[in-house]
Amino acid sequence: MASITLKDLVKAYGDTEVLHHVEGEISDGEFIVVVGPSGCGKSTLLRMVAGLETVTSGTICIGDKVVNQLEPADRDIAMVFQNYALYPHMSVRENMAYGLKIRKISKDEIARRVEEAADILELRPYLERKPRQLSGGQRQRVAMGRAIVRNPQVFLFDEPLSNLDAKLRVQMRLEIRKLQQRLGVTSIYVTHDQVEAMTLGDRLMVLNGGYVEQFGTPIELYDRPATTFVAGFIGSPAMNFLPATVSAGMATLGNGARLANAGAANGAVTLGIRPEHLLQDDAGPVRVTVELVEQLGANSLLHGKLEGTDIEMVVSQPGHMSAAAGTVMGFVPANGALHLFHAETGKRIEP
Amino acid sequence: MLKRVHFPRSALPYLLVAPQILITLVFFIWPASQAVYQSFLIEDAFGLSTEFVWFENFELLVDDEQYLQSFGRTIFFSAAVALLSMSAALVLAGFADRVVRGATAYRTLMIWPYAVAPVLAGALWVFMFNPTLGIFPFLLDMVGIDWNHYLNGTHAMMLVIFAAAWKQIAYNFLFYLAAMQSIPRSLIEAAAIDGAGPVRRFVDHIFPLISPTTFFLLVINAVYAFFDTFGIIHAVTQGGPANSTTILVYKVFNDGFVGLDLGGSAAQSVILMVLVIAMTVVQFRFIERKVEY
Ligand SMILES: Nc1ncnc2c1ncn2[C@@H]1O[C@H](COP(=O)(O)OP(=O)(O)OP(=O)(O)O)[C@@H](O)[C@H]1O
Ligand SMILES: [Mg+2]
Repeated sequence: MASITLKDLVKAYGDTEVLHHVEGEISDGEFIVVVGPSGCGKSTLLRMVAGLETVTSGTICIGDKVVNQLEPADRDIAMVFQNYALYPHMSVRENMAYGLKIRKISKDEIARRVEEAADILELRPYLERKPRQLSGGQRQRVAMGRAIVRNPQVFLFDEPLSNLDAKLRVQMRLEIRKLQQRLGVTSIYVTHDQVEAMTLGDRLMVLNGGYVEQFGTPIELYDRPATTFVAGFIGSPAMNFLPATVSAGMATLGNGARLANAGAANGAVTLGIRPEHLLQDDAGPVRVTVELVEQLGANSLLHGKLEGTDIEMVVSQPGHMSAAAGTVMGFVPANGALHLFHAETGKRIEP
Repeated sequence: MLKRVHFPRSALPYLLVAPQILITLVFFIWPASQAVYQSFLIEDAFGLSTEFVWFENFELLVDDEQYLQSFGRTIFFSAAVALLSMSAALVLAGFADRVVRGATAYRTLMIWPYAVAPVLAGALWVFMFNPTLGIFPFLLDMVGIDWNHYLNGTHAMMLVIFAAAWKQIAYNFLFYLAAMQSIPRSLIEAAAIDGAGPVRRFVDHIFPLISPTTFFLLVINAVYAFFDTFGIIHAVTQGGPANSTTILVYKVFNDGFVGLDLGGSAAQSVILMVLVIAMTVVQFRFIERKVEY
């Protein structure tokens, strides 16, 4: 078991910097999810920790050891790849045993560990099969098995569930989480799926364009997003953003509507309200022209525009609801549900 | 049930394949059948009369000590050429696969030997190994080896093996490199994380995964050594000294055009023909079965 420290980490390919001064402290046994849109540098970061990419500058420590110069084999890590990267010419048993065999562990011990892992992952019946004779979910479990038999200090996952269908993905997500809690191994998990990120991570690192936007617990990210990017990325459906001007605690929207409790800000801001934090109130200041209602059963999603403007809005209401297109409905933000962001930098303004 | 698609009958498809069929007939089928026909004839020493003798030429060959020796020599020669050129190509491709910078230049350089004509390749090696002028005999002399492939049959054999293998390295290299590059990167990375060093990764993963290519090249190289090395032998040793490098193809030429035993020579080429057909069949059978991991 080990902690991981990333200090001022930079990665550049030639002249293009793809990761900019990434900082992060990961404590022993923590499950960290790195999340962000495609191309933001998640895999690159993970592969640097694994030792598959060189570090341009900065340091990576696993435990108290700087591992920048260490070969992947010497970092005591295990990695699960997106395409699983199973050895096609070896049986499931050989796949799992391979890392142990190289480390010259005794035959009996290897057999014991492989079988133990196979039991945990319910792979017993498939031990003698080749990877091509397995389903996607089974292959995924073999890849997990190959990681856990090694009993490493760190698990690294690069979008391990993205090749599975939706149902299996939810199931495997739970299994990965349970497994990690049971083994208590420090883990870094890369995904671009924010739901996966929220449900799995003790803490999330949100990456955007090679910058760390925010690093915190799922609830911190949801309650106090540091930037408009995080605010829009975490939570589904995404937060509504309304340009506004604030003076003396009152925010004035584009259509002249005024909202109280706008905090200490002053001047032009971006106002953020989550769809689920708008409460229906006929006299409410936020008035929305309805375009479409999606009935999801447990709740209803109301899509429309802020009255008199072109700003798209989504409102989530519990239970069933129907409204004809073109009707105008009033809403009031729940207490303390207003987020204020600097209009230009997108940085959070604390109330 | 498969539905059969019916096209209106027309002469066009036949016209389109006609040139191909014509070429095959004129340049392959006709000479081959001539060879088969010739192999049933015995001609007298002056070329004045021929006699149809059925399989007598073949019977003579089976009893001919020299022919059987040449057969054994050819098998040794092809095995050595295939082994040498394939292992050299494998090592070079292994390195090229890891090269990042200058990869294209390296690969281009590697391909050049393949563009050299066999006779020229032979001439090149003759020159380098010339006992009085060549650089290699000079170097070998320093370690106490007295190189002379004009007198020493073993030296001559080694030289033609080197020359023939060298020429084939480029071809093998290309196939090996392509095979290696089609192995998913992440698989090798997974092995690296599992603790396997470069050599171990090569032995445990890369080599088994490219085994279909190895098999394919084995057949190709054997066929090459059997049938395509005439130019090299002719340029380097002319089959000598004392027939020590007379492999089957060279013997066909020697017996037919030098010894003027046309019937015997034809019988030998028919045997070679059967061999090449057999090898090709083996290859297709296995390739189609797609080597399983
Ligand atoms: N070998 C390379 N040379 C140059 N640029 C690269 C290289 N590898 C990655 N990049 C760039 O680095 C950036 C980050 O890539 P990375 O693979 O880490 O993205 P990602 O966040 O994992 O995306 P995805 O979710 O699509 O997997 C991308 O813009 C990519 O174009
Ligand atoms: Mg990626």
